[in-house]
Amino acid sequence: MAGTKTIHGIYDDEECLVEGAKQLRSSHFKVKDVFSPFPIHGIDDVIGLPRTRIAITAFIYGVTGTSLAILMTWYMMVNDWPTDIGGKPSFWYYMNWPAFIPVTFELTVFCAGHGMAITFLLRSWLLPGVMPKNPDPRTTDDKFLMLLEVKPEDETKIVSMLRQSGATEINVI
Amino acid sequence: MQHESPLRDPLILGDRSYHEITSDIARPIEGKANRYWYVVFTISVAAFIWGFSCLAYTIGTGIGQWGANKTVGWAWDITNFVWWIGIGHAGTLISAVLLLFRQKWRMAINRSAEAMTIFAVLCAAVFVTMHTGRPWVDYWLFPHANQFGSLWVNFNSPLMWDVFAVSTYFTISLVFWYLGLIPDFGAIRDRFKVAGKPMQEKIYRILSFGWSGRARDWSRFEEVSLVLAGLSTPLVFSVHSIVSMDFATSVVPGWHTTIFPPYFVAGAVFSGFAMVSTLLLIMRKVLSLEHYITIQHMEMMSIIVTLTGSMVGVAYLSELFISWYSGVEYEGYAFMNRATGPYWWSYWGMMTCNVISPQLFWFKKIRTSLMAMFVLSIVVNIGMWFERFVIIVTSLHRDYLPSSWTMYHPTWVEIGIFIGTIGMFFTFFLLFSRTFPVIALSELKTILKSSGEVPKRKRAEEAQAAENTHH
Repeated sequence: MAGTKTIHGIYDDEECLVEGAKQLRSSHFKVKDVFSPFPIHGIDDVIGLPRTRIAITAFIYGVTGTSLAILMTWYMMVNDWPTDIGGKPSFWYYMNWPAFIPVTFELTVFCAGHGMAITFLLRSWLLPGVMPKNPDPRTTDDKFLMLLEVKPEDETKIVSMLRQSGATEINVI
Repeated sequence: MQHESPLRDPLILGDRSYHEITSDIARPIEGKANRYWYVVFTISVAAFIWGFSCLAYTIGTGIGQWGANKTVGWAWDITNFVWWIGIGHAGTLISAVLLLFRQKWRMAINRSAEAMTIFAVLCAAVFVTMHTGRPWVDYWLFPHANQFGSLWVNFNSPLMWDVFAVSTYFTISLVFWYLGLIPDFGAIRDRFKVAGKPMQEKIYRILSFGWSGRARDWSRFEEVSLVLAGLSTPLVFSVHSIVSMDFATSVVPGWHTTIFPPYFVAGAVFSGFAMVSTLLLIMRKVLSLEHYITIQHMEMMSIIVTLTGSMVGVAYLSELFISWYSGVEYEGYAFMNRATGPYWWSYWGMMTCNVISPQLFWFKKIRTSLMAMFVLSIVVNIGMWFERFVIIVTSLHRDYLPSSWTMYHPTWVEIGIFIGTIGMFFTFFLLFSRTFPVIALSELKTILKSSGEVPKRKRAEEAQAAENTHH
């Protein structure tokens, strides 16, 4: 963005980073992103990320799986070619449905699990061949990086706030 | 940071930093394998090749090469199918059920346990696809539009449920395992980047799917792991329940029992934990991971082995009791024949290995001794193999009609295929241990502060100092 500066505040300790982010937010500065080697609990609220809705997609995929399974078993066993198997009634779906529960359950799990996983990969754009976006390779090891995009006039204030909260390295780009 | 009781033993021993955790777990990937690895790898590959030659021989000449006959139609193949599937269950239990129960000790062992699940299910798949006799038409197992007169698969049949259960189980386990691996592959990739090795960096970049560890990726990642754990938990129970229904819904004495589903699930977890113990006892030593996979971890697994082993023991005894109490002469005979018939040795082998041997873990000395754990874990695996053999072969070999009574003996081809799957399992596991991060390092870092030995000791000292000044 024209007229903005990017600041990388690098921390050795995730708790210092959370503290620093809290201070920045209370001074109405926006933290653009945080890169860390493991999930930092509570960071989403601090930097103002909305709660992920990925679990809701899993539910929707699961319901889709259940419906598909019911449709499939009904079509194949009742509608298209009803067969007398060991005298089990097959004229109406409800007569035979207990026998279809296992397959319905498995397809529910199958669709919910895979649908959610695919959604996650696409939403976070994690695919083979994608270039990683972490600005510093140490952020997957032991460093915690806070990324800010700020107006040039705020730079000195933010740098001092980062330093105060315990950032061990600050890069202004 | 989460609070952890000072009374709990630390899960990460020694003075470790985040960076050292990454280095320790990346070491096998970056370094060179030693001679022992090559020796074991060569043996495994040889067994693998031998087994698949036997498989090719079976396909070329037909299933008549096996010892199975008209009376004992399910024999070696289904015994091994159930054995391998059962072994797989511990991986999902560790990664899913223990995640839901917030058991932090899971973090050091889940990765290799899940790898074990994947490889064990692949071995099981070898048997079950061969069992059909014509593996090239195994796609008939799945419902598909066809020209056989609108012939659909039979959804009333537990064998069909099994097709869906095992394939869902395999693919979901694979996805769960791989999603967990993505951040760790990212860590390995960045290590190669720092070290200036572009070739390795590129390989791990592709494997890591371009993971960068952004806050929103982590929050989605955690949610996905939790939901997948929630989905896998009923899944893992359903898989072995359905496997048991293959038996329980048929009218064969010794099979037609309602306790089969829980009994099979307990047995599966029992054998799976034993196999995880066997593998980890070797791996922690060979890859020097004793600081992460501690004696405490091994002890926890031994406790689960005792718990599930006792459940299996209770199931054996209730089966025995019910066969008498039901007053059904066929049931009574089936169990009498198991214990005193021509296959008595397999029944008593099963009883000794599965019911008596895990009870030794009640002694603290035994469940914290690495050698004892190693021996007992192998004993349990042998016992669980016997259990499946007992259930399948001894129930079948004396039919309702004495004129069709037979004996079953495995042929060299069948034994060869079994050896081959063991070879395949170890080949894959050995390759995994040198190319994949064998411990979920990003997860392990989250518990360093709460469960690391040094931070814990420091906290205890601070608490002590505060106490002293207070008085």
